[in-house]
Amino acid sequence: MDAIKVIEEGFKKEIPDFKIGDTVSVSMKIKEGEKERIQVFTGVVIARKGGGIRETFMVRKISYGVGVEKIFPLHSPLIDNIKVAKHGVVRRAKLYYLRDKKGKAAKVKEKVYIKKKS
Amino acid sequence: MKGILGKKLGITQVFQEDGRMEIVTVIEAGPARVVQKKERERDGYDSVQVGFDEIKKEKNVTKPMSGHFKKASIPPYRFLKEIKMEGFDAGDEITVDIFSKGEKLSVTGTSKGKGFQGVMKRHNYGGGPGSHGSMFGRAPGSIGQGASPSRVWKNVGMPGQMGNKNITVRNIEIIDIRKEQNLILVKGAVPGAKGGYLILKSNAPVAVKEG
Repeated sequence: MDAIKVIEEGFKKEIPDFKIGDTVSVSMKIKEGEKERIQVFTGVVIARKGGGIRETFMVRKISYGVGVEKIFPLHSPLIDNIKVAKHGVVRRAKLYYLRDKKGKAAKVKEKVYIKKKS
Repeated sequence: MKGILGKKLGITQVFQEDGRMEIVTVIEAGPARVVQKKERERDGYDSVQVGFDEIKKEKNVTKPMSGHFKKASIPPYRFLKEIKMEGFDAGDEITVDIFSKGEKLSVTGTSKGKGFQGVMKRHNYGGGPGSHGSMFGRAPGSIGQGASPSRVWKNVGMPGQMGNKNITVRNIEIIDIRKEQNLILVKGAVPGAKGGYLILKSNAPVAVKEG
C-alpha cells in the first residue's frame, strides 16, 4: 500500500490554495503539431471533486455570451500554473446554481479583507 | 522467454507525458532468485525454478524445503515457480531489469474466489421473471435436448465454484518501471486480489506443438 502512496505523491504538484467561488486563471500547455503554446482560461471555480492525484476542479466563464465550463485534473502535467485572481464569498461547495443565473445575479461576491488596526 | 515473479500491490492512476491519466496496477516484481536449474540431460527439459518473497523466520520452512534452498545457498522463498528461460544459473538474482518500458507481458495469477455461484453470476445466464407466479427465477432452465442426444452436452454452464483459479491475461503493457523499489506499473487490471502472487512473462506467441 505504501508503494502506491509513494507513486501518487510523486505526481503531485504544488498547487496554490484556492477555494470554491474563487476566480482563477489556468494556464494550459497546448501542443499543436510541433509547437507548444500556453492557453489561459479564466473563470470562477464552481466545483472541486475527488482527492489525491485524482482531484479535479471545474472552472466556469462566460465567453461571448455563452457559458463555458472546463474540468481540469488538479495535478495534470499539462497545467503550467494556476493563478488566483479573486477570492469569493460563497456558502456552498458546488456552485451549479450559477448556470441558471444571468447578468449580475451570476456574479460571486468578492471577499474583502479588512486590515486589523494595530 | 523471460519472466519474473511478483506480488500485486494495488491499483492507482498515473499521468502520462501527454497529460492523459492511465489506470495502472502496481506490481512488486522481484528481486527473485533462481533456486534450481533444470537441464535437458538430467530433468528432460530446460527451465529454471524461481523463488520470490523471502521467508524471514527459519521455523516457517520445512526441513526438506530448507535443504532444497541450501543446495543453491540462498535464503528460503515462499513462492516457487518454474519459468522456461535461459542464461540463469542457480543462485542468480532476477530483477525488473529484464523488462523495459512498453513491453507486453502475459500475467498469471489466482483470480478472486467467488464461492459456489449460480448460473446467472457464473455464466451470465438471463434467468427468468421474478414474479407473476413464474417459478423460473434464477434457475438455469433447460440444459439440453430430449431423446436425441439423450445426454447433456459437454461444457453446458452449470452452478459451481467460481473464481479462485489460475488466470492468464496476455498483452499487458508495461507503463513504467521503478528500479529502486522493484516495481512494475502495468496498464489495466491483473488477475487476483491485492497481495496475490503473480507470474510475469514476456508475451510469447501462443504455444504451438513442437514438430
